[in-house]
Amino acid sequence: MHHYLDFEKSIAELEGKIEELRHLTGDGEVNIADEVSKLQDKLEKQLNQLYAKLSPWQKAQVARHPERPHAVDYIKALIEDFTPLAGDRLFAEDAAVVGGLGRFRGQSVMVLGIEKGKDTETRVKHNFGMAMPEGYRKAQRLMLMADRFRLPVITFVDTSGAYPGADAEERGQAEAIAKAIEVSFKLRVPFISVVIGEGGSGGAIALASANTVLMLEHSIYSVISPEGCASILWRDGSMNKEAAEALRLTAQDLLELKVVDAVVPEPMGGAHRNPRAAMMAVADEISRQLEALKRMDGGQLKTKRREKFLEMGQVGLG
Amino acid sequence: MNWLKDFVRPKLKELVGGGKDIPENLWRQCPSCQQMIFHRDLDENLNVCQHCGHHMRIGVGQRLGLLFDGGEYKTVQFASKVVDPLKFRDLKKYTERLKEYQSKTAEDDALIVAHGKMGGQNVVIAAFNFAFMGGSMGAAVGEGILTASRLAQVQDASLIVIPASGGARMQEGILSLMQMPRTTIAVEEVKEKGLPYLVLLTDPTTGGVSASFAMLGDVAIAEPGCVIGFAGRRVIEQTIRQELPKDFQSAEYLLDHGMIDMVVERKKLRSTIIRVLSLLRNTGAPADVVELMAEPVPMGDGKKAKGPIIDAPIPHGAGPTKND
Ligand SMILES: [Zn+2]
Repeated sequence: MHHYLDFEKSIAELEGKIEELRHLTGDGEVNIADEVSKLQDKLEKQLNQLYAKLSPWQKAQVARHPERPHAVDYIKALIEDFTPLAGDRLFAEDAAVVGGLGRFRGQSVMVLGIEKGKDTETRVKHNFGMAMPEGYRKAQRLMLMADRFRLPVITFVDTSGAYPGADAEERGQAEAIAKAIEVSFKLRVPFISVVIGEGGSGGAIALASANTVLMLEHSIYSVISPEGCASILWRDGSMNKEAAEALRLTAQDLLELKVVDAVVPEPMGGAHRNPRAAMMAVADEISRQLEALKRMDGGQLKTKRREKFLEMGQVGLG
Repeated sequence: MNWLKDFVRPKLKELVGGGKDIPENLWRQCPSCQQMIFHRDLDENLNVCQHCGHHMRIGVGQRLGLLFDGGEYKTVQFASKVVDPLKFRDLKKYTERLKEYQSKTAEDDALIVAHGKMGGQNVVIAAFNFAFMGGSMGAAVGEGILTASRLAQVQDASLIVIPASGGARMQEGILSLMQMPRTTIAVEEVKEKGLPYLVLLTDPTTGGVSASFAMLGDVAIAEPGCVIGFAGRRVIEQTIRQELPKDFQSAEYLLDHGMIDMVVERKKLRSTIIRVLSLLRNTGAPADVVELMAEPVPMGDGKKAKGPIIDAPIPHGAGPTKND
């Protein structure tokens, strides 16, 4: 059964009706097929309207939708011959950070993704997409390997943030993230990041200091979650909506702030309604961006990446 | 809150020319051992409790005065192009908050960039002012770290950053997060020039500040007992549903876990930093700090420090300097 968000009541009702009608096949006087198609039109119209003007808080909910395609889905759909590589060579393997070699439209690449998991078992396995220091150190290792073999790096970012645990602190969570950022600015290969769901603070930027940063239309990217911000600045955890507005965490705002380079449109009603189409749109955009980056040499790629981030904070919203 | 007293007092002292008593502040209670300390003793002991050695926070002016040769330094002006990029408002407008802190601290933002000599060597210091919005990092702080980096490169100086920060400045949203890569590149430039980049971690160094330039020093020195970490203690306790040990995320805890090089008490910071810098740059031991060293310094052939290095110009765009 489809998972509906709290602002999708009318959608849920319409789809319920359509479903009912489909089960009534043949025993009514009304032309059921006609009625269904009318309702379908209505549904499409409503979905389009609803998703055209989602509020920042609604986008946060869409970005976290359990049926939204996750990092492993993108890897499965877009990367051929994916060959996972494991471990940081220092302490452990962290399944929150999935990574390895593969081919993107014929080109060998290094792929990294932060994976949240889709059911209880996989969520536990991937620690709900909250990486440990070893995850960020594994990312460093794989990025440096990509650099050595001149392979482009592609990352899929989807995390509520780095894991806030005692063991993570003990093993240097801060240092692991800092070093991952540092390594990102040493690379002499094309580096593309896609924020596919939630770009959660330091845990996200560790894998998103890229030449080109893409965001899906309804993904979010923020220094703190709306809930966290509400409880600190409003001293009231229920002020999520206000916090989400104030933080300007939508893809559209981030494009204006020049934090992201392009926004990838999502299918009608969000990526979770048509994961395949969403992932193909991302693939096409990655492909376009990669072609552009491949025209630069290693030195230019590194310099341009640095120049871009050195300008961060020089543009405000109009 | 302690930081208010810690900061306002030296600041007031500066304003009235120093030495004048502020009656209501004659005695301070040590937050660690609870003993009362006479203000003059506290001043003499650099805000360190004489009973238990607890290091209380000190103001940026005092901090810089302790480090530079003869307490002399020049500050560099810098400013971010955009002050309130998101037009942020929570219970109050961000611009109003900024103004409040600006009048309270007489500073523009949470970072002071200064340059001068330590042991005769050129040094640029970027020091956080915790009294300014908890030392939080927004675009202005990022600009300051970048200014400090460029100044160090032009002056052939060592760069020292002294964080005292709760992390990113939420009121600047994603742009505060973007200061993590921005400052990381800034300190990387200094390292690539072969110049020392030293971090002096002070209380507190957490969040986005710890997860960027603060953890990337060639040498990392921390003040005793200061809090250093990524996630906040309360957040972690909620996550793991356990109370954390008292020394969790303390400087000593980080030392034990291999995350920093040394924990150095305040009165030995200057001599230790000078020693480290002179070793890294192979300039020989400066004579004037030898007696402050914790351990004997191998003097070799007894070479003295090189003569004073002539002050290099400030890089273009760094703005005018003022005497502090
Ligand atoms: Zn005490």
